[in-house]
Amino acid sequence: MPSLIDLMLEGRKVQQHSPWPRVVVDTSVWSFAASELAQGRWSLLGLWGEPSTVHMAIMDGDSAEIAVISLDCPDRAYPSVGKHHPPALRLERTVNDLFGLAAQGLPDSRPWLDHNCWGVRFPLGDRIDAPTEAAPYRFLAAEGDGLHQIAVGPVHAGIIEPGHFRFTASGETVVRLEQRLGYTHKGIEGLMRGAGVERAAQLAGRISGDSTVAYCYAFSKAVEAALQLAVPERAVWLRALLAELERLANHLGDIGAICNDASFGLMQAHCNVLREDVLRAANAAFGHRLMRDVIVPGGLGRDLDENGRAAIRTALDKVRARFPALVELYDNTASLQDRTVGTGIVTAALARQYAVGGYVGRASGRAFDARRSPGYPPYDDLRFEVPVLDEGDVNARIWIRIREVEQSLSLANQILDRLPGGPLLVPVASAAGPREGMALIEGFRGDIMVWLRLDSGRIDRCHLRDPSWFQWPLLEAAIEDNIVADFPLCNKSFNCSYSGQDL
Amino acid sequence: MRKLLFQSFFQGPLTEPAPTLDQTAVEELAAALQRAARRRLGRSLSIREIDAGSCNGCELEIHALSNAYYDVERFGIRFVASPRHADVLMVTGPVTKNMRDALERTYHATPDPKWVVALGDCARDGGCFAGSYAVVGGVSQVVPVDLHIPGCPPPPLAILQGLLALLDRTAKNGASTVRESH
Repeated sequence: MPSLIDLMLEGRKVQQHSPWPRVVVDTSVWSFAASELAQGRWSLLGLWGEPSTVHMAIMDGDSAEIAVISLDCPDRAYPSVGKHHPPALRLERTVNDLFGLAAQGLPDSRPWLDHNCWGVRFPLGDRIDAPTEAAPYRFLAAEGDGLHQIAVGPVHAGIIEPGHFRFTASGETVVRLEQRLGYTHKGIEGLMRGAGVERAAQLAGRISGDSTVAYCYAFSKAVEAALQLAVPERAVWLRALLAELERLANHLGDIGAICNDASFGLMQAHCNVLREDVLRAANAAFGHRLMRDVIVPGGLGRDLDENGRAAIRTALDKVRARFPALVELYDNTASLQDRTVGTGIVTAALARQYAVGGYVGRASGRAFDARRSPGYPPYDDLRFEVPVLDEGDVNARIWIRIREVEQSLSLANQILDRLPGGPLLVPVASAAGPREGMALIEGFRGDIMVWLRLDSGRIDRCHLRDPSWFQWPLLEAAIEDNIVADFPLCNKSFNCSYSGQDL
Repeated sequence: MRKLLFQSFFQGPLTEPAPTLDQTAVEELAAALQRAARRRLGRSLSIREIDAGSCNGCELEIHALSNAYYDVERFGIRFVASPRHADVLMVTGPVTKNMRDALERTYHATPDPKWVVALGDCARDGGCFAGSYAVVGGVSQVVPVDLHIPGCPPPPLAILQGLLALLDRTAKNGASTVRESH
């Protein structure tokens, strides 16, 4: 069986790409990679375009090797990966929407992010005027006696992001759910093109507000990889502290919100108090409740002083003292368990096929956590466990979060105990010529991938792949054969980012 | 569960002074907001939130308004599920071109009198996303805006202060924004 290394030898290696290799390949190697993905030997980390090139990031599941392969498309077409490997479907539809590069043989050629509202087609490629009259979007068919459709969104009933869900139901049971996303598409990758590093970092921190730390972290690491920049120790440790506080706050909010969607408001009331405590501590320590723009390329924009440290300690102590009673409450409330156990199951096979990250993957037997593998400092120097369950239901996704809250508490304390002193920031000098960098960071929702090319201090191309890309499709699978009333519960247990995938 | 409920009963409300907040400001705000809201709308103000393309940061802070520390419902302010039930539309984000139609339709589905609050820096003029091929710009380019609350995202206290300002203004001007009736 060929390893990724063998594949690398088949292509022309690109200089100045780190930390993982990138090679330019021909269509036969590209197609071979697609079939390896389809066989389940490798995992797809991302697939993105440039005006006349497609790139695919691949991970070898066994060795955790990562590589990028690139295919030039002078004819504006390339062999479809999605034809063999469904996780690539939406990514390829997006490459076509943005760049006008067609995936040959793609079974679903409908637009994805392009709703024919932009006034142009292929905004990042060779632009052409949009058609004045576009055909209406055709949802996939579901046929049978007594089936009915329920159309939901883009404006939803709660305080959440916009997206459209088309349910086909037989009585109470969902036969098919089809998502239509792209409503929050802001053209961020277009805005980044030609931007300075500082401006691009600001945009990266606004891709998904709940993961602002993780995105700044990933973007900064990709810049630093491209420029071969070593970040001061203190910044390395503080970045992880920020990331764990973000994870803690989001998981606490999610646990409460999922229970609330099972009409158990008590849990949410208590969890949101703890979440607020964490956010206030973050504000006291770093000057912003969501810790936005604190991580910057080169290090950290703001230091942690003694008062901030004390505020974080107090909040962590409070969560540690109060959380166990809430876990017990969750575990011992039969009416709540009745809603969550066995609901919205994601099979281990699907989790593996989609290489789905975060709590969705880890609740379905996929042990991947970017902090562990490929891993990055300071996590290699910290003690933590990666909880994994096999059930794949709403209950399992709650338990993964519960265990991760405990792990994040421990990690944050370890970091505070051992926080090194010293400088915080190194200057980001612009290097001549193109340099490419890449990073994979574990956000609260899963692994965020950033790939970029810098040219003389400006962004030539930057692609940011949210974990939601591989989670959204599994929500469609999870809800099948469940009742319509359980959809909010399933949806919240995924808590995918609309803005992160719409970009 | 009983134990937890008993504990909650004896420990008193969580709306205790928070270390980083000026408690007098919160109290003043609470009292003033209540007076203004009652004068204009009786005991209730119903808000329909619309994300017109935000990064979801603003949504997190709007959610926080409902936690035990801010407990926005004690002022009679409620978030409702339908624009048909709303007095106020609270709109976040730069309005994306893909959301423009949905925002307009939601606005027209809201009965008069109604007010529009644009929340966050992006909602003013598109913020850092202005100029993109996929972004219209600020909320006021699509629907009339009565109040803008700045911040990226605005913290819950700032949102509360903003709503107070809105209530004060509408109380002084009468039904200032009945736009659909003429």
